[in-house]
Amino acid sequence: MLTKCLRCVFLSAKSWLLLATVFIWQTAFAEGPSATPSIFAPASTPANSIYGLSLFVLSITGAIFVTVAGLLAFVIFRFRQHGQDDTSEPAQIYGSTQVELAWTVIPILIVVVLFLTTARMIFAIQDATKPKAALDVTAIGHQFWWEFNYPKLGIHAVNELHVPLSNPESPTPTYIKLLSADVIHSFWVPQLAGKTDMIPNNVNSTWIDPHHPGVYVGQCAQFCGVEHAKMLLRVYVDTPDQFAAWVKNQQQPAVNDASVAEGRHVFETQACMNCHTIAGTAATGRFGPDLTHLMSRDTLASGAMANTKENLREWIRNPDTFKEGSLMPAMQLNDQQLDQVTAYLETLK
Amino acid sequence: MADSTYPIPGPLETTPRRWSQAAVLEWLNSWVVTVDHKKLGILYMVYAIFFLLVGGAEAIAIRIQLIQPNMHFISPQVFNRLFTMHGTTMVFLVGMTYIFGFANYLIPLMIGARDMAFPRLNALSFWLTFFGGILLYYSFIGGGGLYGQGNAPDVTWWAYAPLTSRAFSPGHSTDYWALSLIVTGFGTIGAAVNVIATALCMRCKGMTLMRLPLLVWLNMVTAFLALLAITPLTAAQIMLLIDRYLGGHFFDTQAGGSAVIWAHFFWIFGHPEVYVLVLPAFAIANEVIPVFSRKAIFGYPAMVAASVGIAFVSLGVWAHHMFTIGMTSVGNAFFVLSTMLVGIPTGIKIFNWLATMWGGKIRFATPMLFCTAFVLQFLLAGLTGIMLAVAPWDWQLHNSYFVIAHFHYVLVGAIVFCIFAGIYYWYPKVTGRMLSEKLGKWHFWLFIIGFHVTFDVMHIPGLLGMPRSIYTYGADRGWGTLNMIVSIGGIIQAIAVLVFAWNLIWSYFKGKEAGNDPWDAWTLEWATPSPPPAYNFATDPVVTSRRPLWDLKHPDDPDWKYE
Repeated sequence: MLTKCLRCVFLSAKSWLLLATVFIWQTAFAEGPSATPSIFAPASTPANSIYGLSLFVLSITGAIFVTVAGLLAFVIFRFRQHGQDDTSEPAQIYGSTQVELAWTVIPILIVVVLFLTTARMIFAIQDATKPKAALDVTAIGHQFWWEFNYPKLGIHAVNELHVPLSNPESPTPTYIKLLSADVIHSFWVPQLAGKTDMIPNNVNSTWIDPHHPGVYVGQCAQFCGVEHAKMLLRVYVDTPDQFAAWVKNQQQPAVNDASVAEGRHVFETQACMNCHTIAGTAATGRFGPDLTHLMSRDTLASGAMANTKENLREWIRNPDTFKEGSLMPAMQLNDQQLDQVTAYLETLK
Repeated sequence: MADSTYPIPGPLETTPRRWSQAAVLEWLNSWVVTVDHKKLGILYMVYAIFFLLVGGAEAIAIRIQLIQPNMHFISPQVFNRLFTMHGTTMVFLVGMTYIFGFANYLIPLMIGARDMAFPRLNALSFWLTFFGGILLYYSFIGGGGLYGQGNAPDVTWWAYAPLTSRAFSPGHSTDYWALSLIVTGFGTIGAAVNVIATALCMRCKGMTLMRLPLLVWLNMVTAFLALLAITPLTAAQIMLLIDRYLGGHFFDTQAGGSAVIWAHFFWIFGHPEVYVLVLPAFAIANEVIPVFSRKAIFGYPAMVAASVGIAFVSLGVWAHHMFTIGMTSVGNAFFVLSTMLVGIPTGIKIFNWLATMWGGKIRFATPMLFCTAFVLQFLLAGLTGIMLAVAPWDWQLHNSYFVIAHFHYVLVGAIVFCIFAGIYYWYPKVTGRMLSEKLGKWHFWLFIIGFHVTFDVMHIPGLLGMPRSIYTYGADRGWGTLNMIVSIGGIIQAIAVLVFAWNLIWSYFKGKEAGNDPWDAWTLEWATPSPPPAYNFATDPVVTSRRPLWDLKHPDDPDWKYE
């Protein structure tokens, strides 16, 4: 029995040790973007503040765990029944006011400390004053993709959010207004900030000020329908030059290449244009993503796959191949039409 | 009542039982028409265990789908239905019914009564709950309606608006979900009224409120809480159905309705619900830990006060499920404080259990093994709960696998462990036979290993950014290995539960005879034969302390001298 109890304690201790190892490992690589969006590898002020707070809370709860679990282990070993024959009853103790008072007051003190620390952090992140240099973005959640509008820049981006690197000396944070076109979604890029829900008929906001350039991944964090799992999110943190170049490109109307006129004709005569916009053409649909600069994106279908010619063609042929239940219908195009429309879309830099 | 004629069961049954068709029908009939609290208690438990197996099977399918990145074991649609049904089943058909299984069977026996206060209401409540569950599962067949295929609810068990509106949930699956919860909700309300009335009005002579066994106290508190929590849920479900069929706009955001209001309604039910489920688990631990430690419960008045305190505070914490929904900073801070306050009475309980064991002579029979593991796991669940109460950290952890791990630590690590403890403890009373200790040990060790492999590891993908409710994930995210470990643990747990199910069946026929009082326990139910006759007590008992059987066994050192 003793060994079994030991094993029980040991097992849970081992798992927590594993957890701790992961913390340390993650902390060691806390710089810059990662394919695994760990909350312990922050790269922006909100995420970083939360990281600090989480270490504080972990150390307090860890100390409580060690104390109480230690007491439990002691009790299990010390007060086991020794032998089946020992039938005498132990001394009956019904309570003790002093002891009970102690283990009421100490937790109250701990709660006070935890509450004050937490409240301070809530106000610091949620009520942070917005600097003049901040960039405004309006993010709109859709089943199952993201729309990013830059009102001051006149840009309509999709699924891949580009923001400028923020220098701690002269911060250029991005303030994101969060809306939804249909059901509740949640905007979550763990390395940059905690999540905030995008709720229809309701305006929320969040902010980030990334310190390291690169691509940060996240995804929708509130179940929003069939393809919730493939509503992935990519945030590109650009250096000032990269960002300026990106903005300049996004502000152009769509490339008009006469060599792919057949493809454009297919696009504009099929139902494609009911849902998609291509700036400067007859296509002004709003239900699906804006395709004006489709080729400036690395992924298709909200991160479901890489933006390659083969993937694009297959996606148009049958969206269910990559994203079963996506709201884009299979348009039943023939092979020639597929080739033409793919060639056309491939020119939209 | 067919079984109310003989005063003592067993030896006096002179006619040998023959399994003719008529006899089987009569036996079945006796279960259908019964108003006996013990039979209804058994029905509740059988129902809960049946759906535990069903919900467990759904969990296994979910875990196989997630065992590695980009699996194609089940389609996204099926996955979404399965995790919705898993959550709904485990909370409403297992959680809400095990409570009334134990409460029904034990409360009258523990307070020296012959039945619940309202036996017919008791039967009505059970059958409402029963048919509510059937209605929910009928959706697999009927939910498609005109859409032509089986279609169970797929909107998650918290069913946030406006995903449940007809625009986003066509067909009837969401209607099945709403209607079945209304029906089981009425069953719960009936049963809760009954528990309160019984605990307050049916106590035997000498059983003052401060001598009430803690199991009865906690179930009474639970019943009050269930009354307060189920009502807003039922109201919200009716509003949802009005939205869907009568052109209401409560949650219709396109017409100016509010999605946030649904979340408030749901969680003002949903958080007290957690305590509705966990207090009866504490109730079991409060009976098992003292008996196997051979000591009176430490700080009885504090335990009662802590339970009432938990119930009271739990009514003011619901919005900690909504830290990401965009409340004001002051609003967030308020719910941080109220949530952390729950930790204080909960801490008192853990310390009192430790103090009960302290200085005892602990016998680690299967019920006590489960209860000891429960104390450790509940401690951890409480501490991860504190982490989630830290609102800024919750902005990261919310809806991630960390939350899944946390609440499974509560629901499995605390509640299911206590249910198993309770079943091992009272099975001898109910059937007259002991559950096999050998199979029980196998069950315990397999289950605790499986539990820790699954749910300890499950915290980590959450910290690494894995959200809940996703049917698959990319290989580049680095969550694959962890998910595989989690899934393997799930399978170990499933094997343990099958051992348990086999133990229940095997011991019913082959188990050791239990006698009246196999654990040398102290509450009144152990003064009756096993199984107790329909009328429970031949004469009304009179008690003078919290542990009437201790007083009988130790006339030289009775409890009433010290209380």
